[in-house]
Amino acid sequence: MSLKHERMLQRNASKRIDMSQVIQDPTWIDSILTASRPQVVSALLRYFRDMDTAEEAYQEACLRALRNWPQNGQPRDPAAWLILVGRNAALDGTRRKSRDVALTPDEMISDLGDAEASLVERLDDSQYRDDVLRLLFICCHPDLPATQQIALALRIVSGLSVAQIARAFIVSDAAMEQRITRAKARIAKADVPFETPGPVERSERLAAVVTMIYLLFNEGYTAGNDPARASLCDEAIRLARLILRLYPTEPEIMGLTALMMLQQSRLRARFDANGEAVLLEDQDRNLWNTKLINEGVALLEKAMRHDRPGPYQVQAAIAATHARAGSFEETDWLAIDGLYAALERMQPSPVVTLNRSVVAEKLRGAEAALAMIEPLEKSLSGYFHYFGARGAFLLQLGRTVEARSDFDRAISLATTPAQAAHIRQHLDRITKDAE
Amino acid sequence: MLYTLLCYNKEDVVWSWSKEEDDAVMARLNVVHEKLVKEGKLGPALRLLPTTTATTLRGPDMVIDGPFAETKEQLLGFYVIDVPDLDSALAVARDLSAANPTSIYEIRPVALYVPEARENAPKERVKAY
Repeated sequence: MSLKHERMLQRNASKRIDMSQVIQDPTWIDSILTASRPQVVSALLRYFRDMDTAEEAYQEACLRALRNWPQNGQPRDPAAWLILVGRNAALDGTRRKSRDVALTPDEMISDLGDAEASLVERLDDSQYRDDVLRLLFICCHPDLPATQQIALALRIVSGLSVAQIARAFIVSDAAMEQRITRAKARIAKADVPFETPGPVERSERLAAVVTMIYLLFNEGYTAGNDPARASLCDEAIRLARLILRLYPTEPEIMGLTALMMLQQSRLRARFDANGEAVLLEDQDRNLWNTKLINEGVALLEKAMRHDRPGPYQVQAAIAATHARAGSFEETDWLAIDGLYAALERMQPSPVVTLNRSVVAEKLRGAEAALAMIEPLEKSLSGYFHYFGARGAFLLQLGRTVEARSDFDRAISLATTPAQAAHIRQHLDRITKDAE
Repeated sequence: MLYTLLCYNKEDVVWSWSKEEDDAVMARLNVVHEKLVKEGKLGPALRLLPTTTATTLRGPDMVIDGPFAETKEQLLGFYVIDVPDLDSALAVARDLSAANPTSIYEIRPVALYVPEARENAPKERVKAY
């Protein structure tokens, strides 16, 4: 049993739970509770229209599952079981609290009339889809800054503890608690749309959710070698799988999921034993996770069949081209160049051009690459990678003095020790060659 | 008699297993596999990628993203084919569909392929009907 659920049991010991009834190690229950969480919390949110009530109801349902399932076995539809039990438990609580009131306010029990049997039936796919999308969308409220959106999604949808999220964002538990409380307060005030969304609204929600998932992934990906932060990548992939199962025909969702899987497949090769970043060209490709690569490539193939290309698909295709190459030397640079050109057209940005210049250098030499990025100096004047790349091109062309100045500039802009260390290797080489 | 054992589980749970958890299950399964190989009982075995990677062909022209999800039809059989990509797999499925138009074909990439390991593996068709 995970610490999370174990603590939950202890905390609720006052509710007279007979611990002897709980099997010592029901890990299967744990994984079902975690996997069911988005569906259950989002359905309970639809019933109660209040985040805290929905969460408490979910917690209560989990407690009862931990007590009940070891003896009675796993229900046929665990999510439906948890929704029903959570809903009834919360309604009992509401009734007890308002004993003096003759009737529970109608809006609190809008679905009380449902027969139990029909509940399971009503949880058809489209309902479930809108519930989960709503829950994710609430976390992506435009009033919330991106970091709060992510924190809220991790807390509410993924069910990570405040401490876990705090560790991932490298802030104190108290600061994260406050951040989440504030975010919740803000969305409580905002209008949360509970009616079933129309097609336009739905696709806008989806876009917001997809962006949030990608931000979440990048939080983890750029974190370097910190396992607590890197786990954000796994969480992002888990959420993407969830969205993909609900919306199986959206090529950009397939593309995003593929992109994240292909990037994450290199996790074990990206850092050496000292935690230093290892460049793509130096990575031990045997450490790449072929399971993730195959799944990512399969998803990308599905996406491309739709003939509706988008930035996520193109970036996934770039990652897939790297993943397919047996060695760095075998990389199909021509294909990657074409993909970057497509990305530049879809999403013109100096960073994309900078990335393309690295490919241009392989195909057409440092001179051509340099010409490509010289106009970008103004817009990328604070960007580590710009001066790292330009320095490398200048160095190749024998313009050592300019290269050294760019490398110095890059070091001053480095955001991780690994970045700085990498540039220092170039500088050491210049010094050595000069001797 | 040849039998097929079909394995069902919740893929969101299984594909969220950590590498350690996955390895532990595979190690336990491998013990069973090895016993079956020794006894000459194990034919080819497959582990499939999740249903999110599935594509379904209903009739020669209707390609649907996602797995076969109806409950009206039952699983009647399966093929393992070796082709370079999804488009080629779809082409094969289209041929099958043209030959057997009422059947639906779900195309799912194979995650793990354990080859036939029996010394006495049949070289000819084995029919049970």
